[in-house]
Amino acid sequence: MKTHDLMILGSGPAGMAAAATAVAHGITAVVVDEQPAAGGQIYRSIESTPIKERRILGDDYWHGKALVDGLNDPRIDYRPGTTLWQLTRKLEVGLLQGEQASMVRARHVILAHGAMERPFPIPGWTLPGVMTAGSGQILLKSAGLAPSAPVVLAGCGPLLLLLAVQYLRAGIPIAALLDTTPAGQYRDALSLLPGALRNPRTLLKGVGLLAELRRAGVRHVRHVTALEAEGEGRLEGIRWQCGNDSEWHHLSTPLLLLHQGVVPNTQVTRALDCTHDWDERQLAWQPRRDNWLATDVEGIAVAGDAGGIVGAKGSAMQGQLAGLGAAIALGRVSEEKIHKEVKQLRRDLARETAIRPFLDVLYRPAAHWRLPEDDTLVCRCEEVTAGEIRRMAEQGCRGPNQTKSFTRCGMGPCQGRMCGITVSELLADANGQSVAETGYYRLRPPFKPITLGQLATAAEDAAG
Amino acid sequence: MRAQVVIVGAGLHGCSAAVHLSAQGHRVTVIDKDYSGRHASGVNAGGVRRLGRHPAEIPLAMAAWERWQRMAEVVGDDCDFRPVGQIKVAENDADLETLAEREREVRSLGFDHEYLITRDELHKRVPALSPHCPGGLACDGDGYANPYRTVTAWRRQAQRQGVSFLEGVTVTGLEAHGSGWQVHAGRHRFSADILINCAGAWAGTLCEWLGEPVPLSAEAPMLMITERLKSFLGPVIGATSRPLSFKQFENGTVLIGGGVRGEVDSRRQVAETLLGGLADNADTVVSLFPFMHEARIVRTWAGIEAVMPDQIPVLGPSSTSQSVIHAFGFSAHGFQLSPISGEIVADLAMGREPAYPIKPFSITRFQDYHMSG
Repeated sequence: MKTHDLMILGSGPAGMAAAATAVAHGITAVVVDEQPAAGGQIYRSIESTPIKERRILGDDYWHGKALVDGLNDPRIDYRPGTTLWQLTRKLEVGLLQGEQASMVRARHVILAHGAMERPFPIPGWTLPGVMTAGSGQILLKSAGLAPSAPVVLAGCGPLLLLLAVQYLRAGIPIAALLDTTPAGQYRDALSLLPGALRNPRTLLKGVGLLAELRRAGVRHVRHVTALEAEGEGRLEGIRWQCGNDSEWHHLSTPLLLLHQGVVPNTQVTRALDCTHDWDERQLAWQPRRDNWLATDVEGIAVAGDAGGIVGAKGSAMQGQLAGLGAAIALGRVSEEKIHKEVKQLRRDLARETAIRPFLDVLYRPAAHWRLPEDDTLVCRCEEVTAGEIRRMAEQGCRGPNQTKSFTRCGMGPCQGRMCGITVSELLADANGQSVAETGYYRLRPPFKPITLGQLATAAEDAAG
Repeated sequence: MRAQVVIVGAGLHGCSAAVHLSAQGHRVTVIDKDYSGRHASGVNAGGVRRLGRHPAEIPLAMAAWERWQRMAEVVGDDCDFRPVGQIKVAENDADLETLAEREREVRSLGFDHEYLITRDELHKRVPALSPHCPGGLACDGDGYANPYRTVTAWRRQAQRQGVSFLEGVTVTGLEAHGSGWQVHAGRHRFSADILINCAGAWAGTLCEWLGEPVPLSAEAPMLMITERLKSFLGPVIGATSRPLSFKQFENGTVLIGGGVRGEVDSRRQVAETLLGGLADNADTVVSLFPFMHEARIVRTWAGIEAVMPDQIPVLGPSSTSQSVIHAFGFSAHGFQLSPISGEIVADLAMGREPAYPIKPFSITRFQDYHMSG
């Protein structure tokens, strides 16, 4: 089995910055990414997007160009289109490139695989025609694909606003923007505004997005309290309630884009059995890390949104930090020698992420958006409803591994990515215990399905 | 007499013992360091199998099979038991001779549940099987059930009968107390007239405390499951000379296991899967069902099982204490036996002769064993 000094999983801002930093210290890094091109979600398709007009995707998107160019360094072994299907505590790495499975070993691993969208389980969310805002943005960036009929965007969070503005600039009609942020949260967030002012640029950007939507006359419905997708076989329309009003409002639409924030993708750190903590402010699991971003599994560090949401720039800074950590771990530089650089980096990181508490509180999804009603599907793969999870709790299931064994909830092809957080929160709520006590799915490789044939090839690699 | 019984381990055998003891009017407490069904009981392959059993286990397996037919009466739930039959497949003539010998052996013991089937019959029953297989050994009425659902059904039945369960509580010591025991679990103390050791892979520690160490090893049989495939298989398939258990569920997913071992991380008390063994298992599957080469694995896992060197359990009274009964070490095939192990434990606790021969399972067979190190 071939051994590499450093493997970086993910080529978003964190992974690219980590690779550049490692190279600067003479480390040859292998950068693996499932996507066909670098950039991660934020700078997706930056080299190939058909949308060349810069103002549509915005300056923050094009900012990623320099980082992506950095991957052209010949000392970086960048492997696009490569899926990680296994990573063990002994740092054995299972890869799948096209149909070819292989196993390699690493001396140090930086996980930089980013975030995923928080599940948004409303009645009808599995109907064709209902997508996440993230997927809507992928289609826009990578293929310039945009719906022709007016779309509805619903939920909360910066990405939702950003997509609305990008659609607007690209000339895509928006039927309505339904904001699920509870009324009181603007007030709650206000007290955190002074901290957020340490990063005025990001704050101003948000204000600018809202102003742009208002100027364009986009129908912006605030304080939505209930939302349902309706249709026979596919989405035909939606209905919602807002404020204290019990009246249902209806709108026909073939496309609904849902979003209520992003959470760290912890599939790999879970499978490694790293210690995780439940972050009550971000309402998400985070792998526990030291100040070099190292987890409690020897040789594994996590940089960027995969460790807790910090945004693109914060992710790149964490990538640098993890890259420096790798250089120290691999004996390429002493901690003393980079002391000053690290101090400055930590200071910049603190300033960049100072806005997070404000955003986390402002866009915190209300409990009823995270704990759906009994009839709503929670696990899309195995079609398990919130009511079934609650019944399992009544029968004595304390955690998601028990409901999984019982109902197959979380056992489908998505391996719990779409239901995990919802199930943990539902069980915590039903059992009157904390989410931390409730826990999360035990995950096992393969992280992505592989065939029996590929498994055999990989094993030969590992033995050879 | 209403005795105070403490059962250590809320797996299948602990829960079965709890059901049968509470049915006799005893006050039963079950203590588990994790939760009911956390390890072997909840994550095993769910095989309900008499086929290929150790001769000493056959009478018990036959009795257990009768209980499986009416699980809904026993525990109020059918546990998803599907009696689709099991077939051990011969891959060559040597395998076929092994199976014929097995059939003769079972008959000589007075049983006829296992019988040879011809090449034609085999391929009629399993059309998807590779044509090179020359025959098989079948056992009708065997099948599979849902492990976690089964252990939960037993636990709930026990709870309905008044048994109390303490989960997340680790037994830390035993102290003789009159003719019974004080069971220590951290700050907790439990009085027991009778103590039942159903602690699975952790049962060896109790045996050490009792002065009767056993050569128990904790092993981690691995399993993998595919995405949903079109229905192609009825019975559960095993191989003759290499480990395999292969079944397709009603939802189309295919479960592959049969004994390839992963790794036990004893510090973290978890079982890790190992690529090499999974690949060996994949090889076996692909040689019997070539189209499976393209089938996608969505998950692998492993559970921690207690395995004895002679592959049969310790089931019977302690050799050092009148008030302790053991039921552990089922060596990765205890699932099917669970309805009967509890009956035997209850008989022993009542001072009755069990209805089935249990001498081969006595802990005294390890009396010359001493802990090394």
